Amino acid sequence: MDISRLTKVDATTWRIEPHGAMRVPAIIYADESLLRDIDDKVYEQAANVATLPGIVGASYAMPDAHWGYGFPIGGVAAFDPEDGGVVSAGGVGFDISCGVRSMLTGLKVTDIVRVQNSLAESLFEQIPAGLGSKGAITLDDAEMDAMLRGGARWAIDHGWGELRDLERIEEGGTMAGAQPECISERAKKRQQREMGTLGSGNHYLEVQAIVEIYDATVARAFGLVQDEVVVTIHCGSRGLGHQIGTEFLKEMVTTAKDAGIELPDRELACAPIRSEVGERYLGAMRGAINCALANREILGHFARRVFKHFFPTHDLALLYDVSHNTCKVERHEVDGKQRELYVHRKGATRAFGPGHAELPEALRPIGQPVLIGGSMGTGSHILVGTETSEKKAFSSACHGAGRALSRHAALKLWSGRALIEELATEGILIRSPSMRGVAEEAPGAYKDVGAVVAAAEHAGLAHRVARLRPLICIKG
Amino acid sequence: MNGVAPDVKWERFPHDADIGVRGWGASPAEAFEQAALALTRVATDAEVRELVRVEVRCEAPDIELLFVEWLNAIIFEMATRNMLFGRFKVNIIGTQLEGSLWGEPVDVARHTPACEPKGATYTELKVAREEDGRWSAACVIDV
Repeated sequence: MDISRLTKVDATTWRIEPHGAMRVPAIIYADESLLRDIDDKVYEQAANVATLPGIVGASYAMPDAHWGYGFPIGGVAAFDPEDGGVVSAGGVGFDISCGVRSMLTGLKVTDIVRVQNSLAESLFEQIPAGLGSKGAITLDDAEMDAMLRGGARWAIDHGWGELRDLERIEEGGTMAGAQPECISERAKKRQQREMGTLGSGNHYLEVQAIVEIYDATVARAFGLVQDEVVVTIHCGSRGLGHQIGTEFLKEMVTTAKDAGIELPDRELACAPIRSEVGERYLGAMRGAINCALANREILGHFARRVFKHFFPTHDLALLYDVSHNTCKVERHEVDGKQRELYVHRKGATRAFGPGHAELPEALRPIGQPVLIGGSMGTGSHILVGTETSEKKAFSSACHGAGRALSRHAALKLWSGRALIEELATEGILIRSPSMRGVAEEAPGAYKDVGAVVAAAEHAGLAHRVARLRPLICIKG
Repeated sequence: MNGVAPDVKWERFPHDADIGVRGWGASPAEAFEQAALALTRVATDAEVRELVRVEVRCEAPDIELLFVEWLNAIIFEMATRNMLFGRFKVNIIGTQLEGSLWGEPVDVARHTPACEPKGATYTELKVAREEDGRWSAACVIDV
C-alpha cells in the first residue's frame, strides 16, 4: 500500500481521511512494514465501507487485512439502526460465523510425541475433512430447524458435546433471534449431510504445543501451561452459510438500490437494518451462526473421542469458542454515550476486555480469549481482550496471519508432498486428502503471524498471552 | 486477455485468498461452459468422467449476474450431490439460462480434491466481447 495516502497517528495506527462519499474516516491498525505489504485494495475497500449509511466512528482494518469482498477481510464496522444503519451480507462474508475453538488437554508434548503418528492417523480417519468427505450425521427438516435454533446446545442435547462447554462459547452456545424460516430450502439442503465436517481451504484441526508464554498471569487463568498441548479447530457454517451469503448478496444489490444507497462496489450490497430484507437476513444469519457453533461443538466431540482412546484419564476442556465472520448487536460507548450497534466483523475476532458481562465468571476479571490461527508451519497465538479494545475498534482484533501469496502463486512455489516431508522433519505431521491443498496452504504463503499479533498488541486491540506450534494438522 | 493463445479456452487466475476463473468462447454461452471447466479445476486436476447428467436453470437481470448464477448453480449441485463435473452445455435465452452438467460422484482417492468452491462472487466479474471477437466470462470464486 502507498503509505503516503495515509495519515500516521502512531506507529500502528493509520488514518484515511474522509474524502468523496466517506461519512467517517477509515483506520488501519498495522506497523509500517505490514502496511506496506497490505494490498491497495484494502485502502479502497476500507474507504468504501466508510460511505455506507449509519456507520459509527470509523471503518476499521485489522493488521492482517487483505483484499476481500466489498469489505476488506480484517474489516470491522458498526452501524446504528436509529441513524439509517445497514446490515451487509458481504460485511459478514460467505462463511458465516467461521471461527476458532481451542480445547485444553492437560497433556505434555512428550505424551503426544509418543503416539504422534497413530494419533494423526486416527484424527484424520475420524474428522471428515475436504470436498467429498462424508459426515455421519444427516438432518431431516425438523432436526435442521432445531439445530438452526439451538446451536451448540442442540449438539450437546444429541450427545455431541458437554454441557460445561456452553459458558465457554460466545452467546452461551445459542445465538438468539435465529429464524430458520428465513433460510431457503437450498441452503438447508446444502447442510443436510455437512454437520460435523471440517470443510477445506484454510480450515483445520490442529494439535498444538504451547511453546511460549507472554503473560504468565493470564495464561494461568486460561489454563495454558508451557509445553502442554491444546487442540484447536478452525471452521464455520459450511454449505449453509455459503448459500445464505450468496443468496442475500444477490438480493441486497436490489434492496440497496431501492433504498437509494449508492454502492461503490456491488459486493457492498446491504439493506437498512430496519427493513424487511435486513431483518430477514439477520434471522437467517443467526441461524447460520448456530450452525457453525453446533458444527464446532460436534468436531470438538469427535476430537475428544479420539483423545479418550489414546489418553483415557484425560478430558478435553474448552478454553473458548469465538467466531470471526459475524454481525452482532452490541452495546458500545461512543462519545460518552451507550449505543446499541450492529457490529460487522469480517475476518476479525471479538475481543471483549475484562469485566464484560458476556464473559463467564471465570474469565470476566481477565478478559476474553482471542484465538488467532496462523499457518501449518508457523503456529498460532492466544491473546486476550484488553481495557482499550472497545475504544480502538468496538472490541475487535485480528483473526489470522492473512495471506501474503495467492493460492496460484503458492502452487508454483511449493509441492504438497515435499512440504509434508519437510514439516515432518520439524516434528509437524500434516494429514490431508489433497497434496495440492497442502501446497496452496504452504506456511510461506502466509504473512508472519508474529508480526500481526505484535501489531495488534501495540495498537491496543488485544494482548498476547501464548504462542502455539502445531504438532499435528488435519486439513481438508 | 493479452498473451493468451486463441486455442486456450479457460484459466484460473490469482486472487489474494481465493481463485478466479475465466472462460473464452465464440459466444457468451461457450465462455460460460469454459469458465465452468475452470471451476472444476479449482477443486481437482484429475480426470472427471461423464457418468451422470444434471440439468440446471437460472435467471438474472443481466449477463454478468447470470454468469454468477450459473457458477453458483454448479456449486450447489457439486455440494448437494457430492459430484464433480467435467463437461458443460449452456443455452442462454434472454435473461434465462439452461445448462447441462456431465460428471461423476467425488472419488477422494482418485480426484484428491483440493479447495471446495463455496460461492461465485462479484469480484473481478466481467462478461465481455474481447478485441479478437471472442467472448470472455470471469469472476473470483470464494474457496
